[in-house]
Amino acid sequence: MSRSLESLLPKLVVAPAFVLGFAFIYGLMVWNGVLSVTASRMLPNYDEFVGLDQYRKLFEMDRWWVALKNLGIFSVLYVGGALVLGLTLAILLDQKVRAEGFLRTVYLYPMALSFIVTGTAWKWILNPSLGIEKLMHDLGWSSFHFDWLVQSETAIYCVVIAGIWQSAGFAMALFLAGLRGIDDSIIKAAQMDGASLPRIYWRIIIPILRPVVFSTILVLSHLSIKGFDLVMALTAGGPGFSTDVPATFMFVMSFTRGQIGLGAASATMMLATVAAIVVPYLYSELRAKPHDR
Amino acid sequence: MLNKSKLAVALASISFGVAAMAGQVEVLHYWTSGGEAKSVAELKKMMEAKGHVWKDFAVAGGGGDNAATVLKSRVVSGNPPAAAQIKGPAIQEWASEGVLANLDAVGKAENWDSLLPKVVADGMKYKGNYVAVPVNVHRVNWLWGSAAALKKAGVSSMPTTWDEFFTAADKIKKAGLIPVAHSGQNIWDFTTFESVVLGVGGARFYEDALVKLDQKALTSETMKKSLETFRRIKSYVDPAAPGRDWNLSTAMVIQDKAAFQFMGDWAKGEFVAAGKAPGKDFLCAAAPGSAKAYTFNVDSFAMFKLKDAGAKKAQNDLAASIMGTEFQQVFNLNKGSIPVRLNVAMDKFDDCARLSGKDFVETAKVGGLVPSAAHGMAIKPAAEGAIKDAVSQFWSDDRISVADGLKNIAKAAATR
Repeated sequence: MSRSLESLLPKLVVAPAFVLGFAFIYGLMVWNGVLSVTASRMLPNYDEFVGLDQYRKLFEMDRWWVALKNLGIFSVLYVGGALVLGLTLAILLDQKVRAEGFLRTVYLYPMALSFIVTGTAWKWILNPSLGIEKLMHDLGWSSFHFDWLVQSETAIYCVVIAGIWQSAGFAMALFLAGLRGIDDSIIKAAQMDGASLPRIYWRIIIPILRPVVFSTILVLSHLSIKGFDLVMALTAGGPGFSTDVPATFMFVMSFTRGQIGLGAASATMMLATVAAIVVPYLYSELRAKPHDR
Repeated sequence: MLNKSKLAVALASISFGVAAMAGQVEVLHYWTSGGEAKSVAELKKMMEAKGHVWKDFAVAGGGGDNAATVLKSRVVSGNPPAAAQIKGPAIQEWASEGVLANLDAVGKAENWDSLLPKVVADGMKYKGNYVAVPVNVHRVNWLWGSAAALKKAGVSSMPTTWDEFFTAADKIKKAGLIPVAHSGQNIWDFTTFESVVLGVGGARFYEDALVKLDQKALTSETMKKSLETFRRIKSYVDPAAPGRDWNLSTAMVIQDKAAFQFMGDWAKGEFVAAGKAPGKDFLCAAAPGSAKAYTFNVDSFAMFKLKDAGAKKAQNDLAASIMGTEFQQVFNLNKGSIPVRLNVAMDKFDDCARLSGKDFVETAKVGGLVPSAAHGMAIKPAAEGAIKDAVSQFWSDDRISVADGLKNIAKAAATR
């Protein structure tokens, strides 16, 4: 009796979380999928089935293509930039510098801020009549020109700058932990063989950090696909809709334009994008496990 | 939750004696700023004087977008408030979902048909029945000016044509001031564009192009000229405009850093709050070329179907109070708009409001009274949003030619 309870207890404890998770994650995903094949406008409407019409409409919209293009630019530059900058900072900090603890905190601090704060602060910094440009003019450098934020073709790069500023410290912390985990004797052996320091980093240390790189990319790339608050605070999608990303597109269509069906279709596309990154990763992780044991 | 509200109703009916006649009225609104909140408090007082229980349901932010989201969830769950602040074609959309109450009984008793201009009354009706009550009228096609800035630049009066406007703008630029304080957000891009179309093409053309979305009008020469004028205005705007909030642009005019702003009369509230006097410190005029036309933005309350008899009675009383002279006057004095009811005394209002009131009555007679497209009064949200995008993209990106801009807007207008 007590034994059967013992074996049942873990299942009982996990069950509520499982049910809730199932209903509110997978259930809502399915609901969203259903909505995306209906003609829902202001309110959900299940009477009219339109097949893939909402998706066709979605891919005919200029604004959706702008959002996709921005997502591409943003994810590549944001993930790449945070990775390179984070790795560089980590390697420099690993050179046994003085006050390392203090510096580490300084670089990690932006991560403690929400994207809303980052976005608002950078909105002011990058605004030509408030921030850097004005500062340079006031200092006497009157030919200085930096108005990326207000030009429709460059504004997305401002989002990238703010994003990297926020996340580079996080990447640095991960890399630093990775670097600390490397056995000193490997480096010493390489030095005995006469390898130069850059060569040691390039050929030995960075390859060892591969799993860290991988998890950093995973964390940052899903942040970039979900990215909503940073864009909302920094540019609100403007000028025009030139910095729109899929998340802001989805929000506007579903909740302010009364096109829930279209919004649901774009949300499904976002889900597919996230899945395209996460599923291969999970697959490789789950397959690798048995070998470790 | 349900028990509590029943209890409140019960308590209310006990304390006011006449049972069944009193009820609870829950009102969803997004009037949360200083002047607006004061106006709502007036309405609450009136309802309480009639023995009803007022349940405030304010959802701040997003120009009503947040409120709309909350409203949707309440209606979907079968528990709508008595009244909700909804305006424009959204009223028709809600009515077509079959959730709005019929207010014809109150409308007839209070004689609304003769108290409202026909265009406004039509917007409140679904299939000929009143389903909503209008509160106020904002005029959108205003041009605000800083008296000090204009004087400094040697401009003697507010421009009445586009030629005069650009001559004045050149002078202001030469004087080292910013000619136009613009807010580079898509709604304000569209607001300015709407005033330009009205000024260049007149009320009838405006109606064809931006209300009926007639493709012929949208691709006409007049539209092309509107776009050219619109782009020309941009050359008088400072580079920090993108993303700026409307009230910050108004502040530039208040501080005499900028000379003009295209904005609806909610801007007046900012001027007055800064201690500026209309006609002396700041000037108001219809946007160039649009003196004989009036783009209106009417706030209204749609009433939802309720089951409880007491609550229904309270709802009808609310509808009657909103249209009453007393509320129309008090509310609009606080809000900066004008009464939607036609024969309300205007002597307590300022010069700008009186001009607005006069033009409202006159343009209503000659067909110059048209709904504002930028403020959700004329077209359904999907098409409105698409046009707003196209207009805003044209404004922000100088690489888009006038011909392409014309094509994009016409294509956007076909969104359904």
